[in-house]
Amino acid sequence: MISAEPNAHRSTNASVAAPAAIELRGVHKSFGDVHAVNGVDLTVQSGEIVAFLGPNGAGKTTTIDMILGFSTPTSGTAQVYGMKPDEAISRGLVSAVMQTGGLLKDFTVDETLRYTASVFSSTEPIAEVMARAGIADLAGRMVGKCSGGEQQRIRFAMALLCDPELLLLDEPTQGMDVEGRRDFWAAIRGDAQKGRTVMFATHYLEEADLYADRVVVIRKGEIVADGTSAQIKAMGSGRTVNATIPGLTEALVKSIPAVDSFQVRGERLVITSQNTDEVARYLLTQTSAHDIEIIAQGLEDAFLALTGDQPNNSQKESS
Amino acid sequence: MTSSTPGLRLDRPRPPLGGFNTTLIGLETRRLLRNKRTLMFTILLPVVFYIIFGLLQTYAGRYGSGNYAAYVAISMALYGSALATTAGGSTVSIERAQGWSRQLRLTPLSPFAYIMVKAITAMSLGLASTLAVYIVALITGKADMPASAWVLTGLTVWIGSLLFAVFGLFMGYLLPTENVMQLLSFALVVFAFAGGVFIPVVAGSGFEVFASFTPMYGINQLAHAWLQGQPFNFVWVINAVAWLVIFAAGAAWRFGKDTARV
Repeated sequence: MISAEPNAHRSTNASVAAPAAIELRGVHKSFGDVHAVNGVDLTVQSGEIVAFLGPNGAGKTTTIDMILGFSTPTSGTAQVYGMKPDEAISRGLVSAVMQTGGLLKDFTVDETLRYTASVFSSTEPIAEVMARAGIADLAGRMVGKCSGGEQQRIRFAMALLCDPELLLLDEPTQGMDVEGRRDFWAAIRGDAQKGRTVMFATHYLEEADLYADRVVVIRKGEIVADGTSAQIKAMGSGRTVNATIPGLTEALVKSIPAVDSFQVRGERLVITSQNTDEVARYLLTQTSAHDIEIIAQGLEDAFLALTGDQPNNSQKESS
Repeated sequence: MTSSTPGLRLDRPRPPLGGFNTTLIGLETRRLLRNKRTLMFTILLPVVFYIIFGLLQTYAGRYGSGNYAAYVAISMALYGSALATTAGGSTVSIERAQGWSRQLRLTPLSPFAYIMVKAITAMSLGLASTLAVYIVALITGKADMPASAWVLTGLTVWIGSLLFAVFGLFMGYLLPTENVMQLLSFALVVFAFAGGVFIPVVAGSGFEVFASFTPMYGINQLAHAWLQGQPFNFVWVINAVAWLVIFAAGAAWRFGKDTARV
């Protein structure tokens, strides 16, 4: 496991010893001979927005199901705010937007929300939640007549009703078109300003990159990387330093520290490194290099490096 | 309105009664009534059956303190309310198929409270069905029985149909299909014939021995007894209670499987 100081980016409420929003300890989950989750330790603090990234079948949904109490770990413990998941749910502390299902076609949007609201001890005003989820104009429509993207925003509104401290989203934009995804994330992002803890599973890398301040990468039921998206990018394949060096020689290239690999294109040198700061410092102080650029590898490259035995397959899944 | 920043509020109360409330009953009832097909065969069909087999029959014999048309009204109210409550209970099958039951586990609504909502909604549809037949029977004037018999037979039919609400729940959890009611309405016709609802069972016959083991027999006999003034027979109650226990045990078993954490 690669560790990129996941706690470096912790947000605000460090004050009291509040229990973690999510606390997974040594969690294993097997279905017969299949080990879907294989010893996951994960702590998510209040206020974090975490992307749970991994190819299909990596164990994302299995892990989320255990956090929500749909299933129990074969061994290890899953706690939410120091409670068992179902207790946290009954107190309205946690809610979730699942990928599919969970709606009755012959209820109107408004009835669906009234039904859901009625079972909580207290909720936000329905009209306000509908507005935030972008479905205020759909109140009287039958759920069965709503598009996939609209239905996902209904699920989002249902999840917001209890004003949860923790919101889990399992591949929330799966199967949506580009516009649907953009609208959905706009709604999530607007809401996140409330300081809610959010964890979302995705295999869309750009979603992790754009919306999360922490990315947890899971592969074959194990967490293989945990850090900010910048850290993950650096982990996978490093950054490159591009520089133009007049009179570039091989001896000069050899003298540069921390080089993992390099390419020479005329006077232009492209260096891949895990420590691009050191490379750049050397180039600026010890050589006549100019037009220096430091370029991060895409998250996708890092993701493939971290999760793929067969990069081509992963590429397909992530596209 | 509450705000989650900056302080966490972890001591939020849980809802009373596992989330059970009357809004749920209202919304569920409205949803059932919206389904035209359900209304057709749980309310209209028994009324039509009464008109055909009761109202339009020329036979005018007396049955105990009432007449033949009243006898048929009781039978059709029983058949209708059994259809209605079974239909209401079996909607859990659709809700499981659509993932609604799973969605509700993300809320404080307890599975038991959910079952209660389903049963009460089914019973309210059963009441509507019973009332529809009785109102038509009263208005058209042919059915004749003492006022007390109208009330007592109606109540027996309605309370007895709880058996079929539980049957519907059991089947709704047992059968994975969205079209479970097509199967169940066939089963109810068989129960109705076997239990003497459509064709009265001749007392003391060999058929009655068979009939007394089928689910509609006990309630059918109990309901008609108010009219006919027959001596009360414990077999009827045993039949009804036994089937209630069987269906409830089946429903509890499937329900336990459904909500178990894998």
